[in-house]
Amino acid sequence: MLDTFNETIFRLATLDRDVVSIAALSLRVSLAAVGVGLLLGVPLGALVAVARFPGRGAVVALLNAFMGLPPVVVGLFVYLLLSRSGPLGAAGLLFTPSAMIVAQTALATPLIAALTRQIVADAEANLGPQLRSLGLSAVRRSAVVIYDVRFSLVTVALAAFGRLVSEIGAVLVVGGNIDGYTRTMTTAISLETQKGDLSLALALGLVLIALVVAINAAALGLRGYAARAYGSA
Amino acid sequence: MDILRRGVLTFGLIAALGFGPQLVLAEPASIIVASTTSTEQSGLFKHILPLFKDKTGIEVKVVALGTGQALDVARRGDADVVLVHDRPAEEKFLAEGFAKARHDVMYNDFVLIGPKDDPAGVKGLDVLEAFRKLAAAEAPFVSRGDRSGTHNAELRLWKNADVDLAAVRGEWYRDVGQGMGPALNTASASNAYLLADRGTWLSSKNRGDLTILVEGDKRLFNQYGVMLVNPEKHPTVKVKEGQAFVDWLISKDGQDAIAAYKIGGEQLFFPNAAN
Amino acid sequence: MAAITLDKVEVAFNGKTVLDRLTTELPPTGVTALIGPNGAGKSVTLRVIDGLVAPNSGSVRISGQRPPRRAFVFQRPVLVRASAAANVELALTPLRITRAERKARARAALDRLGLSARADHPATLLSGGEQQRLALARAWAIEPDLVLLDEPTANLDPAATELAEGLVDEISRRGAKVVLVSHNLGQVVRLADDVVVLSRGRAVEHGPTRAVLTSPRSAEAQAYIKGELPWTFFAAAS
Repeated sequence: MLDTFNETIFRLATLDRDVVSIAALSLRVSLAAVGVGLLLGVPLGALVAVARFPGRGAVVALLNAFMGLPPVVVGLFVYLLLSRSGPLGAAGLLFTPSAMIVAQTALATPLIAALTRQIVADAEANLGPQLRSLGLSAVRRSAVVIYDVRFSLVTVALAAFGRLVSEIGAVLVVGGNIDGYTRTMTTAISLETQKGDLSLALALGLVLIALVVAINAAALGLRGYAARAYGSA
Repeated sequence: MDILRRGVLTFGLIAALGFGPQLVLAEPASIIVASTTSTEQSGLFKHILPLFKDKTGIEVKVVALGTGQALDVARRGDADVVLVHDRPAEEKFLAEGFAKARHDVMYNDFVLIGPKDDPAGVKGLDVLEAFRKLAAAEAPFVSRGDRSGTHNAELRLWKNADVDLAAVRGEWYRDVGQGMGPALNTASASNAYLLADRGTWLSSKNRGDLTILVEGDKRLFNQYGVMLVNPEKHPTVKVKEGQAFVDWLISKDGQDAIAAYKIGGEQLFFPNAAN
Repeated sequence: MAAITLDKVEVAFNGKTVLDRLTTELPPTGVTALIGPNGAGKSVTLRVIDGLVAPNSGSVRISGQRPPRRAFVFQRPVLVRASAAANVELALTPLRITRAERKARARAALDRLGLSARADHPATLLSGGEQQRLALARAWAIEPDLVLLDEPTANLDPAATELAEGLVDEISRRGAKVVLVSHNLGQVVRLADDVVVLSRGRAVEHGPTRAVLTSPRSAEAQAYIKGELPWTFFAAAS
């Protein structure tokens, strides 16, 4: 046990090549997924918050439900989509980092959209009448509301990133956990634990924990900053 | 409009940060090999794949699954080559036309692992006799339960030992539904018996109080075969690169590389390609 | 300039009648005060005039040379998490003027309300009184044809109230129509040219300020004004 611990510290202290490249891939994939998730989820959430259309209630319920989907189920769907025998097979994305980004984007988008909807709905209830009274166009009104809640949205992005970077189900199924190519922190931790090689697993685990703690600290810091700078987040 | 533009730019930047490297880095020629957890977790691929890459420039990406799943992945066209160890399942794969040819690559053997104090008293027995005794004693037994080559080999052994597993299985028979590593970890944690491939057993660092009780029986022979997925079934199969890998594995270079992989001085896989 | 005609306007929220066939006609210029007890429908009337609330039935007509440029100052100031100046500039974006003009007009408006020093300050961190002044500055900067004020000085100290009243007076003299909701009858006397008394969603009385406040005809107006003002004030005022 002590050996494992020493070896772990050594790997971290010397920036072990495996640890660094695996952590970098995890960051790369989850960052991209958060980015695309924001591009899709924020407008979607804002639209559902502000627009009135038939079936809106169903969309809201669906978004909230999808927010809690088990990653492995999302992974399975994306796997079937991206498989050579699936509808998007021609793209040849299965077992690539891109496939993992697609799967994680599918995880992130409903999460971001659902949280955005709530935040924007609250802000819209407050700002909406004034903005409409000023004669601002719908597009500009949405932009102003989204700008108004920008700090909350960064918190949403951090929450989504935290969920993605620590998720294993989706990346394992669509990425295939290929050594040096689609092996992320979580899939590597799982594999190394199975092999009984605990030092790499533990080193990555510590990196992951540090990352998640850092994300939470950032969210907290941001909330504090927003409160100081604008009264509330 | 400033606000809108700035927002979109921010999100785009985050996405680009992630996607960027993908678009910039031109990928070398590569193939996907669907293989088994035993080959991956034994460390064999980490040893031989760099040698293959040095020689051909082709990158081999291994997706490690149970044999059954690996063959299914190939059936869907998601792999170029399969390297597995379950002869009947491989024959079926061939018969369905998913591959045109199968080549023996190497073998190792299964070993019956159990607690050092061997409460069921199977040490050194004939393997079928050992299995009968385990069932009679209802000794804790961990099964892979994942349609892998090892799992299927285990099921064949029960059958050949005339044990009707469906009838006698109870709490003593623990079906974990996972790869070799987790199954070994489970057995080690609960001092149970299990059938393992020798490679994973040797590379495992978590053996606890377990030891080899039965080995060397010819029924424990574990043959690995390699197949190129039939491009007529899946035109996206990278025939040239995939065939190069198959050819290399059964060539002298490949066979020597396999033979050279040792853990603690012990050879894990024994090349036996027919040439 | 904006004459406002409300004809049998009915508004109900969740089955509860808020405006009950409200009918009134407001002159195109000057300051009109809407007074009445809580729940009489004053704020909703402002929202109906602004188009924020669509009547269930009846009609609202606003006449003028062009679609009126409106400014609504709410009871509680509504501000975006941005600087005070940015909040004013935002209100100017629908106007077809250059960015430089927007900045200049916003500065002038802040200056007018004594907020120059706070221009770059986050609007949501200003004090309650400053926020209310900022909301007024925003309304002033728009150079509106129609200004709707919902208790605009409720949060202000006497000095700021005087400043705000001077501003309303100025806006009115520039030719804009002002509709003011206020419980402060002293303010109504100081600012309003005419007064509409609302009760239970109906306009029960409409006339020149002094006439309505000193000798209300309807029972509802009498009750409201009696409750609000000791008669000695009337003696002094009249």
